[in-house]
Formats: sequence, C-alpha cells, structure tokens
Amino acid sequence: MAQAESQRLTQIKTNLERRALIHDSIRAFFRNEGFLEVDTPLLVPTVAPELYIAPFRADGWFLSTSPEMHMKRLLAGGYGNMFQICHCFRKDERGRLHNPEFTMLEWYRLDADYTQIVQDTERLILHVAASLGLGSTIRYHNNEIDLAPPWPRITVSQAFLDSAGWDPVSHPDTERFDIDLVDRVIPTFPLNRPSVLLDYPAANASMARLKVKDPLVAERAEVFIGGLELANAYSELTDTAELVQRFQSEIERLRADGGQSIPMPHTFLEATASLPACGGIALGVDRLVMLFCDAASIDEVMAFPRDLA
Amino acid sequence: MTEISEVSRNTKLMIDGAPFVVEDVNFVKPGKGRAIYRLRLRNLFDGMAREITYHSGDRVEEVSVTSHEMQYLYEESGNYVFMDTETFEQHPMNKKQIGPKAVFLKEGCMVTILIMHGRIIDINLPKFVELAVTESAYTTKTDTVTAQQKMVTLETGATVGVPPFVKEGDIIKVDTRTGTYVERTGTKK
Repeated sequence: MAQAESQRLTQIKTNLERRALIHDSIRAFFRNEGFLEVDTPLLVPTVAPELYIAPFRADGWFLSTSPEMHMKRLLAGGYGNMFQICHCFRKDERGRLHNPEFTMLEWYRLDADYTQIVQDTERLILHVAASLGLGSTIRYHNNEIDLAPPWPRITVSQAFLDSAGWDPVSHPDTERFDIDLVDRVIPTFPLNRPSVLLDYPAANASMARLKVKDPLVAERAEVFIGGLELANAYSELTDTAELVQRFQSEIERLRADGGQSIPMPHTFLEATASLPACGGIALGVDRLVMLFCDAASIDEVMAFPRDLA
Repeated sequence: MTEISEVSRNTKLMIDGAPFVVEDVNFVKPGKGRAIYRLRLRNLFDGMAREITYHSGDRVEEVSVTSHEMQYLYEESGNYVFMDTETFEQHPMNKKQIGPKAVFLKEGCMVTILIMHGRIIDINLPKFVELAVTESAYTTKTDTVTAQQKMVTLETGATVGVPPFVKEGDIIKVDTRTGTYVERTGTKK
C-alpha cells in the first residue's frame, strides 16, 4: 500500500468509525419511529429533470441523482413512512463540501408537511448527538453550536430583505437568487445555532407544493448548521398535472441550456396519481458526519473521495 | 471553449488576451441551485494574482502552455541558446523574445520557459542571481543614483545601482524581478 494512502486512512480512521456509529444511530432513530428502511436502485432509466443537477450516464442508463422518485413510487404503492440511506451521483460536483458520489439520507412521513419534517430533523440530530455521547451543544470549527430545538426559522423573503436588500418571492430572479443566497444570505446565519430557511419562491419549488393561501411561496425548507447546507425538506407535491408541467419546463430549460435530454419519468408520474399526502427530506449524510467530526472537508469523512478512488 | 466545470488546478486559461494558470478552484453550490466557481489565477506574463467568479454553464478559453526547464548555454550574434535538460534539444531565441531579462542570463543558469502554441511566451529566471561586477568606474556625480548608490556593470552586461563599497570583482546578488541589488556575497578570485 502506498505510504500516502496508508497515512491518510490512518488519519481519518476515527472519523470513519464515528461515521459507522452515525449510520447506526440514524437507523435506530427511524426504526424506533416505525419507519421502514427501503432500498431503491442506483442504476435508473431516467432522473428527475433539474437544470442544475447533472446526472452521469451509464450505457443508456443513468446513475441515480436522488432516490426521491422511487421512494414516492413505494409510497404510492401503499408503503407507509419510510427512510433510506443510499449513494447519489451528481456530475461536476466537487469541492470542499461536494463529491460526485455522496451519501443521502431521505425520509418520508405520511400526512406531514415541511414544518413537521423539520421537527423530525431536530429530533434526529439530537438523537445522533446523544448516541455519540454528546449533549445538545457540539463544537464545529471553533464554534459552540447549541442544537436545542426549536431551531430559529426565517423565511426566504425576510432573510433576503435583511441581507441582500430584495425579496425574491415578490420579485423572482432565479439567477440572482443563487448568487445572493451563497454570497450574502448564508454568511449571515449565526454559527452558534442551526438555521432553518423556509418558504422558497415558487420558481424554486422543485417538487414542493405551493402554499394554498399564497401560491408565490413553496413549502420548502433548508436546514443549515455551522455554515453547512445540510437538508432540504418539502411538503410533497402530489398533483400529477402540476408535476408534469414542472418537469416539462425543466426539460425544455435543459435542452435550451446545453442540449441535454432527460427522458420524462412517465412511470413515476403515473404513480403520483396514488401518492398520499406526505412530507419528505433529503439530508447529506457526509456533511452530517463532517459536523460531528469537526471536519473541514468532505474528504475527511469518506474513505475514497473521487480523486483517490 | 471549455466548460467551467472542467477547469481544475493548473488549467491554463486565456483571459483578456493573457494566459493565466488556475491556482485554486473554490466550488460552491446551493443544493438545487447554480454552481459558483471562484478561481484564483496567476497571470503567466506578469505573475499578478487575480480572482474571477464563474457560474455553471460559463465557458472559458483553455490554452495549452507547457513549461520546460532549460539551461542557458551561450549567446552568439544576438541569439541565445538554451538546452532542454530533459531532451537535450537546443533552442535558440533572439533577444526580442527574451526581452529585458536577457541582461541577467549567465551561462549555465537554469530557467523555466513557457511555450504556448509552439511559441515562447515567457522566460522565468531564478528569483536571485549572483553576478560578478566587471566595471565600477562610474564615480562622477551624474552617474550617482543617490548619495548612497553608484551604478556598476555586471558580467552579463546588466547595470545596477549598488552601495559605494561594492567594487570591481565583487560578486553581488541581484533580484531579477526588480533588477535591484540585494547584497554582496563574495569577491571573484
């Protein structure tokens, strides 16, 4: 074994051992909640069309970018509350917080909306901290983070008005949104508390349902801890016609942008006719492990990141 | 043109007519949003650092710049001859290609030569060179740079301002980036 590799593996061993405990702890949490652990394919005939998520192609198939559509097919098939820990693949995503192959935790709760899913997240994170022998305060990057719920919530409108001086809900501008979110809004989040950013502009709804009383706003929430974007929750959109419309517009944008063609996910769309009301969330497990290992880079919590795979 | 997503450390890019080397890529991306690439670059002509932010979908112009370690052998009627230390091939270059740096080239010294599209775009000298003073005759007031400095000529033909105690035959250390005297390191035997 090359010396550099053996040295690196020795260095990250404690992190990887802790990682295994975190996986166990997540599973224990959901089993205790009565959730079914499911296992959906990584090799898939199509992916959810999203302008800024590029899939890997594999011999006419795709590597899964998210387990969402398959888990919803199970929900439509009458399976109840469920969770999954699986790998996802997203092309070109490589940086301090990104690896093109990463681990996602995804769960769905029947009859729940995004606010209840955020509460699940609060309880899950505290449960993981406790099973690692930690209290409700953890240390990340020289900051004490108080994890005690409820975590401060702020709407996208308010956060942008405070930090960027404009309201993306009343004046949608998707390009400026992403840039200001990263450059202006996220940096103002307190480092000693988690932050929940909620009520996204309808243009950023993805697969979240719009608020009945305010269709400019999508019931979507993101959780940030210690500057890490950790999880993305929805009140799930169950209206097939609206899903078709959103997918179509995204497929057209993709085609216009770079000539990428993603087949319409027909099987999923058919299933959504029986999709029950539910809330769901995708949580980046690698970043959760980073948080509990006080790791600065995703490379410190995976055995073989892309460049060393 | 190259997709910004394909750029990584050490990629060479042509920006505003000048070649740059990418020294660092900081990748930031909101989960569902556009990726942001913050590039730290260095201009291969003048060494100046620069930061530029790109977004996913942006395209950049990649250039192939190769760097070669070469040894300066000798000068013959305005042509400077260099030898690639890996292939032992000899490359003549004229004074114009080398520019003002030519006055610090001492036979036998190692330089880094950057080649783009088959053409030499730059020569990187060692930061410091040690050269012998061959002429220190200037003592008249008009040649005095400041009260504490006088001009001397070095073995390569360069002229630099030095303190009054430096004399013919001394070896001095010169900063090739600024062309200025650093210290006296010895005397030629």
